Amino acid sequence: MPEPVLSAAHIDKSFLDNKVLDDVGIDLMPGEIHALLGENGAGKSTLIKILTGAYTHDAGTILLDGKPVHPRDTKHAQEMGVGTVYQEVNLLPNMTVAENLYIGRQPLKFGLVDNRKMERDARALLSRYQLNVDVGSQLDTYSVAVQQIVAIARAVDISGKVLILDEPTASLDQHEVEVLFGILQRLKADGLAIVFITHFLDQVYEIADRATVLRNGRRVGSRAMADLPRMDLVTMMLGHAIADTHALRIGGGRQPGGLFASFKDYALAGKAAPFDLDLHEGEIVGVAGLLGSGRTEMARLLFGIDRPDSGELTVKGKPCKLREPRDAIALGFGFAPEDRKVDGILGDLTVRENIAIALQARQGWTRPLSQKAQVDLADRFVRALDIRTTGIEQPVKFLSGGNQQKVVLARWLATNPKLLILDEPTRGIDVGAHAEIIRMINSLCDQGMSLLVISSELDEIVAYSSRVLVLRDRAISGELRGAHISVGAIVKMIAMQPEVQDA
Amino acid sequence: MNVRYWPLIATITIFVVAYALAVMQFPALFSTRVLGNLLTDNAFLGVAAVGMTFVILSGGIDLSVGSVIAFSGVLVAVLISQFGLHPLAAFAITLFVCTCFGSTMGAMIHYLEVPAFIVTLAGMFLARGVTFLLTQDSIPINHAFYDWVRQFYYVMPGGGRITFNGGLMLIVFLVGIVLAHRTRFGSYVYALGGNAQSAALLGVPVARTTIGVYAVSSFLAGLSGIVYSLYTSSGYPLAAVGVELETIAAVVIGGTLLSGGVGFMFGTLIGITIQGMIQTYIVFDGTLSSWWTKIVIGGLLFGFIVMQRVIVAASKRDWRKKPYAQSAPSL
Amino acid sequence: MSRPLRSFIKPQFIALALILLLNWILFPGFFNLFFRDGRLYGSLIDVLNRGAPVAILAIGMTAVIATRGIDLSVGAVMAIAGAVAATMVGDGHPLFLVIMAALAAGLVCGLWNGSLVALLGLQPIIATLILMVAGRGIAQTITEGFIVTFNDPGLIFMGSGSILGLPTPIIIMVTLAALATAAFRLTALGLFVEAIGVNRSASTYAGLRSRALLIGVYTFAGFCAAISGIIAAADIRGADANNVGLWLELDAILAVVIGGTSLMGGRFSIPMSVVGALIIQAMNTGILVSGFPPEFNLLVKAALIIVILVVQSPLAGRIWYFIAPSRKRPPPSSPAETPATSTEGTLK
Repeated sequence: MPEPVLSAAHIDKSFLDNKVLDDVGIDLMPGEIHALLGENGAGKSTLIKILTGAYTHDAGTILLDGKPVHPRDTKHAQEMGVGTVYQEVNLLPNMTVAENLYIGRQPLKFGLVDNRKMERDARALLSRYQLNVDVGSQLDTYSVAVQQIVAIARAVDISGKVLILDEPTASLDQHEVEVLFGILQRLKADGLAIVFITHFLDQVYEIADRATVLRNGRRVGSRAMADLPRMDLVTMMLGHAIADTHALRIGGGRQPGGLFASFKDYALAGKAAPFDLDLHEGEIVGVAGLLGSGRTEMARLLFGIDRPDSGELTVKGKPCKLREPRDAIALGFGFAPEDRKVDGILGDLTVRENIAIALQARQGWTRPLSQKAQVDLADRFVRALDIRTTGIEQPVKFLSGGNQQKVVLARWLATNPKLLILDEPTRGIDVGAHAEIIRMINSLCDQGMSLLVISSELDEIVAYSSRVLVLRDRAISGELRGAHISVGAIVKMIAMQPEVQDA
Repeated sequence: MNVRYWPLIATITIFVVAYALAVMQFPALFSTRVLGNLLTDNAFLGVAAVGMTFVILSGGIDLSVGSVIAFSGVLVAVLISQFGLHPLAAFAITLFVCTCFGSTMGAMIHYLEVPAFIVTLAGMFLARGVTFLLTQDSIPINHAFYDWVRQFYYVMPGGGRITFNGGLMLIVFLVGIVLAHRTRFGSYVYALGGNAQSAALLGVPVARTTIGVYAVSSFLAGLSGIVYSLYTSSGYPLAAVGVELETIAAVVIGGTLLSGGVGFMFGTLIGITIQGMIQTYIVFDGTLSSWWTKIVIGGLLFGFIVMQRVIVAASKRDWRKKPYAQSAPSL
Repeated sequence: MSRPLRSFIKPQFIALALILLLNWILFPGFFNLFFRDGRLYGSLIDVLNRGAPVAILAIGMTAVIATRGIDLSVGAVMAIAGAVAATMVGDGHPLFLVIMAALAAGLVCGLWNGSLVALLGLQPIIATLILMVAGRGIAQTITEGFIVTFNDPGLIFMGSGSILGLPTPIIIMVTLAALATAAFRLTALGLFVEAIGVNRSASTYAGLRSRALLIGVYTFAGFCAAISGIIAAADIRGADANNVGLWLELDAILAVVIGGTSLMGGRFSIPMSVVGALIIQAMNTGILVSGFPPEFNLLVKAALIIVILVVQSPLAGRIWYFIAPSRKRPPPSSPAETPATSTEGTLK
């Protein structure tokens, strides 16, 4: 049994009062490709940032070659042997390939940068990756795939023990992925330990030797891929043994009302394959699928944030066009986005203003809601949704995540929407608030509202959905109705091998 | 070809075409005398523009340049005329003070995490205010050294003179080109302007580079003030008002991206020359008024800013289109 | 303590009071007011009167900064509006038309800035730099390079006349501040502007027309600059395209910052920006009446900016957080809230 090159154990990390990593560990063997898996918010990126020195951990130990280390910053970690390549390729697009490989350590001659030697070195370095590019050209003249390889070459050249790849394949096509995997295999043969983060399960099975799964800041387990069936892996990620998922079913028996909105042949290149979607009054449509399956992309299309390449929308039988969110709001749509901080809350504004803003926007600036009307509105929703705040004049950025989410929901409920699109409404929310939001989703539906709920919490989806759409690779791969809705059925659909694998 | 070269090529093309048209109208413009005068008249602007190029390449801006030029000119005049120092000693003291001033601004920008715009605005007020404390009036400089320096010039074929000032500007540009394109510091500046976060992850010393950039800018503004004092033989507290705008315009017209990371020092030289050309043309024409300089420069600014916007958008799409297969390794 | 009383104990009011008090100590006649020829005179009136152009610029600038923008061109727009007014009045056009034309010039300039920012997506500082550079040239084209002087009593009244015993600029400043405050606060505009400044993406998701709003805000800033330009021209009875409003954009920005509106957008207060402008002018006047060289003022302004920067900086916030942990105050930013996003700052 070889010694692990890097071994992290009992890692804790909190931001303020929010514990994001709880007793997490990972062992990396030399010459292995180790997949790190988990949904958004599972703690993957926090763990990576601790290993690479971007964050410091609160508790736990990191052993590199058996010796405890305390990486101060990224540079320090790199020098000790831990290199990282991020999804968005943290290189400098405005500089040449050679400069990107050697910035900060350029060869000097008479105190000046020896460009000729640098480019010679760069060519030699890249030739080991069979990459034959003009190293004197600007980096952004090359595809992401080439940039990815340049980043890997730099990381391996500097660090050379552990290579961490954060979603390296997210924007690569099939051929590029194969090239990348070829390189990973060779680096593995050279004895490097490679951490591979992805949300493409097919790729995990193709390349990884072992996998560590995180969920809600805890390690679910580390297993060898060879004896880990797909179903087990999906279950580890989503967190339910299939046997005990006779969760309370409310949605299945519900009788939906008339057709509200109908999307036909909606499609946007690279984001969503053409899909049809009918939404009825008094119906909850659950959308399940792993990260990257196109869930959020679909929601953005439905709300008019992105414009489709093709497709038609009819609302209550009338053809409509969505050019911007305003149009969708005018039709009675509401959207609580996944990233509350970036797209949802207006942090510096008060709870009252955050609740009133959408209604006010729809009324127009010339017809302001009176102070009293705003206060009444805010008071009503603070009470109805049990929003925990020191008062409706508190800036919303000081509220906890769950309460911020409720504020965003209140914002839309104030507009009396006919269709509410919720993207991960319960993410990062404590258990109590969690249950309240689900109760609310159900009661809204009972009042005749149409809801589309995206969630990676499968038991939730099972609990309230009238129908469940399962997304894979940016397309609707299946639909479950009525009695067929169960966590097991959803997991099976997500884990299903693609029927045709193009070679 | 790389779209990022477009601005530089556009600059050079505009310069060549405009110059050709001007020469067709006034053949006398095609002489080394005109060139020599242009270099001399714009020397102080050019020296300051080299510093501004570094600042803008790093993604910042320096509004204090004009005030620092005036400060430097006045300090030199005070040290020579009132304290009786030798000009060389006065130069050394002045450049040291200016460099410290720039370093302080850089440190504030980095450590206080405030926009360069507002810090250098304070610097602009401060430098101009201190200048007025030194003197309210123009201080003449009468020193043998100044006369001695002014007798250096190189006569080009055709009778044009490259004066000490003009020559110094060219040397500063040469040093600037080497510093920007052939040193680690230069690459750090580009890295910072490209993406400060990535730069930090790649191990670029962000604090040191930011401070260095503003130190260079203020040092060169100080040098520019010395050049200006050689040009006018005096120090005047109201000198060089608005020069920061002219240098920013020269840098942008020279093809440097205002948001940083992309550009060439050589382009700034062309940008300065284009500005000088417009002024020279207006003088030759005789009927046109001087304010057309500002309008034309404003128009050029607009053109270049929009072009850069288009280029940034185009280059973002560019790599998506480029097939990987072109450079795909064979497996 | 009652609410209106408490709102007077803002640091800006204290600063203004202190400066006025200092002026009084340095120049005992500072608070003297006297009535002559149907008009009030005195240093205090002078502060208000001289401060009006910057205060009016600051009213427009406040809205721009609240959207997380900046407008560097207002000084040049002042010159354009002044040039239009002076030239047209010289050509014998009726006063009403003259003022309308000058205001229209300001509106067009603002529309241009707003379009560059909202439609082309340029950074505000870059977009408005274009007009800052070209604007004075345009103004000189209008005046054909001369300092156009005029004797039209109607136009002069805008700068040095008086209404109800108070100089016209003061009346215009107070009226505009009141109207603008009403326009923003009695409608939902103020809320919308703050929302866009706080989070443009979330505002768009909530159904705001962020583009139209941005264009409107820059147009308003151009309008305010035009008013300020008319007053400045009327004051000197002429349009000096080179010097009118020179560096006033920076004073206006400073006034807004002193007034408590953050350069990072969001909450704004037009009255407080006017107070900010008056603080700047009170320092100006104080330095003048107490016999210091007027340029001393630049040093004081620089010091003021540095103090504000240091106090508002994240570094100071962190230090404050560690010094006073007992106070329930959230830290300026935790690592979780500031992920590696692109550094797309409004200001560079």
